[in-house]
Amino acid sequence: MDKFRMIFQFFQSNQESFMNGICGIMALASTQMYSAFDFNCPCLPHYNMAYGLGILLVPPFILFLLGFVLNNNISMLAEEWRRPHGQRGKDPAVLRYMFCSMAQRAMIAPAVWVSVTLLDGKCITCAFCTSVPVEALGNASHPLLSQGEIQRVLARIPCKEIYNGQELIANEVAVRYLRCISQALGWCFVLLMTTLAFLVRSLRPCFSQAAFLKSRYWSHYIDIERKLFDETCAEHARSFAKVCIQQFFEGMSTDLVAAHCHRPRKVSADMGEASKKLLGITDQGTMNMALKSWHRCKPPLHIHPPALPSGNGWTGEGQPPVHPSAPRRETAAYYSSV
Amino acid sequence: MDRFRMIFQYFQSNSESVMNGICGLLALASVKMYTCFDFSCPCLPQYNRAYGLGIMFVPPIILFLCGLILNRQTLVMLDEWRRPQGHRKKDLDVVRYMCSSIMQRAMVAPVVWIIVTLLDGKCLICAFSGSMDPEKFVGFANVTTVQLEQLLAKVPCKDDELMRNNTSRKAVSRYLRCWSQALGWSILLILIVAAFLARWLRPCFNQDTLLQARHWSNYIDMEQKIFEETCCEHSRLFAHKCILHFFESMRQEIKLHSFNLPRQGEGDEGEEDLLQGITDQHQVNKLLKTWYYEKPPLDVS
Repeated sequence: MDKFRMIFQFFQSNQESFMNGICGIMALASTQMYSAFDFNCPCLPHYNMAYGLGILLVPPFILFLLGFVLNNNISMLAEEWRRPHGQRGKDPAVLRYMFCSMAQRAMIAPAVWVSVTLLDGKCITCAFCTSVPVEALGNASHPLLSQGEIQRVLARIPCKEIYNGQELIANEVAVRYLRCISQALGWCFVLLMTTLAFLVRSLRPCFSQAAFLKSRYWSHYIDIERKLFDETCAEHARSFAKVCIQQFFEGMSTDLVAAHCHRPRKVSADMGEASKKLLGITDQGTMNMALKSWHRCKPPLHIHPPALPSGNGWTGEGQPPVHPSAPRRETAAYYSSV
Repeated sequence: MDRFRMIFQYFQSNSESVMNGICGLLALASVKMYTCFDFSCPCLPQYNRAYGLGIMFVPPIILFLCGLILNRQTLVMLDEWRRPQGHRKKDLDVVRYMCSSIMQRAMVAPVVWIIVTLLDGKCLICAFSGSMDPEKFVGFANVTTVQLEQLLAKVPCKDDELMRNNTSRKAVSRYLRCWSQALGWSILLILIVAAFLARWLRPCFNQDTLLQARHWSNYIDMEQKIFEETCCEHSRLFAHKCILHFFESMRQEIKLHSFNLPRQGEGDEGEEDLLQGITDQHQVNKLLKTWYYEKPPLDVS
């Protein structure tokens, strides 16, 4: 248990490494999804491009949105953005920092999908097989074929089993050509992304380090504050429920004493702890009545102070001492559940 | 549990070993990437060289940039380089030391890629098959120039219909692979000798400057980590205090506006303290609404 607590504490203290972990998992999931996906080019003139480009561009968009959905901090960002000013001003730099860091992480899985797709080559082969330069690579002067017919033949390039244009242009030649273009695009894309990432990361210390430190601190603060508040409310709810239920049982016990002239069981000193916990309900009939009452008529959400012996209550001056809540354990574990 | 603590402490105290770990992982990733990558030479006269040399040199640039991005020390070094002087003067030796150690580590994965590529041979065969001298190979000797260009370009593609049973293709392929592997092994040998000499001869030059630079670069790294941890800890305590103040102010407001009897019973003091004076549905709702509409100021004095 302590081990988990320590791991969570490590991740929480270094929240960035936790989010990087999620990023890495999504990138791996994206590669896995691509290899599991059964790519099936339609091999028809107008459908090829739509299918090929669709597979290239639609899943990254979905992965990008998924990256935002799975990021727990999106609700925190929305809340901070929409809250009224109240007694605390809003800092747009903090909002920008939170949005940028979420967007950067959400971009990784789509970038991995696009790179893997381009380096594999099937999508580009499918999408652009009708634009292969037949004059350069094959026999452009093939007789008896109209433009439309040529397009139909070229569209079958990705489907080796039904390809019938070997005299027009050899299948392997066309596939190699398209794959070469696709892989070149893929590597260029990866180089571009890596260069952008490098520039973004390395130019920051040169220009806006102080502003960055401030934004990072306050965005982390907002996150911690939200979690702490949720925890405080949960503890409060627990105590509230406990006292409410205790008062309910006490109320039942008092009612029964009043209504049935039960001899009130005095809790004497020699009775055990367990008897005290019975709260005055000590037989089957009473218990059944208590259960029925709990179901039919739940007590109001209002904890009243216990009845005082004098029956008057208000003593005026004497305020009860203010007890601050018990100091919280410093090693409480907080983590985003994604 | 102690074991984990020890491992984390070890990593934290010796950030160099973390970086060496990342460096090793990148090198392994580079080999894996090469084996997973489906090398497919276009076998066309104008494209072969661009493709072959592109595959040999573009991924190393990417791996080098990745090595810089993944290394935490890059940011620390840039920060130290660009910071205003303030009360602490800057020592450029430390910055230079950090820079050189970052570069050395970032160069490992690209070099691994290039060597693996050369030892495999496919890239060089694809890039330079078109520049072969046809006189050396029987099958290409009596062919026209245009056809020669096409044929030589198709050498890397074993399954091409023209090349399927061509023995001269195998000869060209073996020749180029031999050169490629010789180049690969030579580069590996030169680099290892250079590394060996650098490590062996280093203590002879400026050892004390080196020790100082290494110490202070570790110090800067550690200082930044501890600063980040302290900020985290501080924000946690700040939030805790802020929320306590908020509950306290709500309790006081409720006392002012209602006629709640002060609690004087002995039994439930523990639980009711945790309730902080908020004891019914309306008060809880008011508290939650106030939390949203009017967050408390960031001031716990």
